[in-house]
Amino acid sequence: MRKNFTRLAYLALALTFVLAACGTPAPAATEAPMAATEAPAAATEAPAAATEAPAEQFVFGMLLVGPYNDNGWSQAHYEAGLYLEEKLGAKMIYLDKVNPADRPGTTPDQLAEELVAQGAKLVIFNSDDMKDASTTFAKANPDVFVIMASGDQVWPDGKAYEEIPNLMNIMGRMEYGKMMAGCAAALTSETGKIGYLGPLINDETRRLAASAFLGAKHCWETAGNDPAALEFKVTWIGFWFNIPGVTLDPVQVSNDFYTTGYDVVISGIDNPVNLGEAQKLSAEGKTVFGVAYDYVAACDAAPDVCIGVPYFNWGPEYLKAISSAQDGSWASQFIWAGPDWADLNNPDTSTVGFVNGPALSAEDATAVDAFVAELAGGLNLWTGPINLQDGSVYLADGEVGTDQQVWYLPQLLEGMDGLSAAE
Amino acid sequence: MLKGRLSGFVFQLLAFVLALVFVSLILIAAKASPMEAYKNMITGSVGSMRKFAEVLVTFVPLLLVTAGLLITFSAGLWNIGVEGQIVLGAIGTAWVFRQFVDSTLPAGLIITLAILGGMAFGALWASFAGALKTFGGVNEIFGGLGLNFVSTALTLYLIFGPWKREGVASMSGTEPFPDHFSLPQLPDLRISLWALGIALVGVVIVYFILQGTYFGLKLKAVGKNFRAAYLLGIPTWQYSMYSFLICGALAGAAGAIQVAAVYHRLIPSISSGYGYLGLMVAMLINYQAIWAIPVALFFAALNIGSIQLPIVMKLDSSLAGVLQGVLVLFVLLMEGVRQKFVKKA
Repeated sequence: MRKNFTRLAYLALALTFVLAACGTPAPAATEAPMAATEAPAAATEAPAAATEAPAEQFVFGMLLVGPYNDNGWSQAHYEAGLYLEEKLGAKMIYLDKVNPADRPGTTPDQLAEELVAQGAKLVIFNSDDMKDASTTFAKANPDVFVIMASGDQVWPDGKAYEEIPNLMNIMGRMEYGKMMAGCAAALTSETGKIGYLGPLINDETRRLAASAFLGAKHCWETAGNDPAALEFKVTWIGFWFNIPGVTLDPVQVSNDFYTTGYDVVISGIDNPVNLGEAQKLSAEGKTVFGVAYDYVAACDAAPDVCIGVPYFNWGPEYLKAISSAQDGSWASQFIWAGPDWADLNNPDTSTVGFVNGPALSAEDATAVDAFVAELAGGLNLWTGPINLQDGSVYLADGEVGTDQQVWYLPQLLEGMDGLSAAE
Repeated sequence: MLKGRLSGFVFQLLAFVLALVFVSLILIAAKASPMEAYKNMITGSVGSMRKFAEVLVTFVPLLLVTAGLLITFSAGLWNIGVEGQIVLGAIGTAWVFRQFVDSTLPAGLIITLAILGGMAFGALWASFAGALKTFGGVNEIFGGLGLNFVSTALTLYLIFGPWKREGVASMSGTEPFPDHFSLPQLPDLRISLWALGIALVGVVIVYFILQGTYFGLKLKAVGKNFRAAYLLGIPTWQYSMYSFLICGALAGAAGAIQVAAVYHRLIPSISSGYGYLGLMVAMLINYQAIWAIPVALFFAALNIGSIQLPIVMKLDSSLAGVLQGVLVLFVLLMEGVRQKFVKKA
């Protein structure tokens, strides 16, 4: 026994050395970056003082539903955050992967509190999945400004209007972007079969899938094809991105599309996984293409098969909102901002844009550009006759859809395959 | 004996230190400062009243699950199915709430019924694993694992099917329940003292069962030596079933609280992994009920504290899971080493 204790003592001693060896450099290492961060802080304070602006740096927080570098929805928000930092000299703190699968046991309102504890005066909730939580948070924290992207809580003409003075809804009119995506897909497709990789089913996803269909139909018919030969199928995976074991696997869904004659797949989910599958099949000799979504540079993932990307540019509207929070002119409102038709891809003015992909042929690119010019000139594809999937009339001949009719589209449209609601 | 206990404590302390060293090395390899990471995790969990309340929100279901698992472990059972039992507890609670959405009965009564419903569903689900083992000869690990998958499928079916939100088909979850279906919370904090009370009562009952009753003694006898217990006249399979039922009810209570006090609706990952985490806590405390509270609290604090890592240091919060797992491994390892020492002595 005594021998054991001696051995134990040696072991403990050895461990102390190990600890000492690991432990000592650590604090030194922490001090260095801390000192380094203090320096720029001092540097930013100097110009602030010079311009008489408030010395305190404005801190805003962002909750991203997916990874900050998802090449899609969340990355578009993250890049907008960087844009705000640059334009306003503000500081962003963010937390990504805010969803119950990645952060079990937490709720978005709880995580928003963490951002506030780190100094955030305004918090952006970036997903439909956080809508209820953003309401809860905004009501519990009336002194914190809240932006809920893609929601409709504070739309007076909306179906779920609530008065929440510190909350603003911001969304882009992606209907136009989706129309362009559909157009590019229809022009590229040889088989006339277009697949749409749908996330979950709700008002937003129905209207966006339908808009892609309207764009595809328009360009298909304008190009002189037989209207009856166009097939447009939506497969919903169940969430905004793949959650293994919970959603359908979007890679598998893309593969099913591509191997059953759908030679173009449009992504409607938060990342362009369809491109990866298209690239793989393309390497095997199949002629297949994909349309990405959400993020301006999403085509870079697979340029050889990417024919375009409709994307959100959140910067300009967020800039206005945060500026209004800073200067006291904040007003709770619902903003549904469209493209800047004079300059579709202007990062400072256009909330929705479209970039032709490298795989789009020159001829088709010209046709897509012509379509964009038509839209800019006032073409509205949400004009009747438009029937719902069950055949009922939604917009009579010549009737132009109102914002409510477009936002709250109750079903997919006649001519589209796929579920309109859960079975 | 005393020396044995002392050496046990020393070795556990050693295991803890080794786990910290190991995780620190990972952090250094990731070019992050371990001290800063630990500091952030500490301030992130006990740095303010609000944060500590969040720790308690995690602590409550974790403690209930751990308490339940102490019972099945005492009976020599590896109740991996505890995760599914939490889920079924949540489903049961949501089901009861749905029956009373338009009811004028007092909210307190409805919430009580809902929690009891959750416990009943959890116990029922656990009894399946028990029945599979007793009557089907299916090891409870495999039976439980299978039932966990079924419980997930059932949740998804309900959320996507019969319980879906109007016009929506999303894995996000069901429509939130009305506010009055929530367990009352402390002002400005998200913790409900009722939930905390239920968890503490649960662990005290388990402690009492294991330390102070013949039932507990027989349960342990079954766990230590199934055949000997049988020969001594203990109705062994019945005792296995009892332990499943008790554990299922406690796990069901954890699921019930997830619905009634945390999420206020059914979501796909309603169990939040507390079943598996509870298994780790139970192993770490070597199945001694007295340690359940501090260790579950520590694990909960790690979970909440680690949220700071991505916000402040751009590190992944799964580091907390790494630390928890490594800790369990080192404690088990050190226990092996200790026994070798003791034998030699």
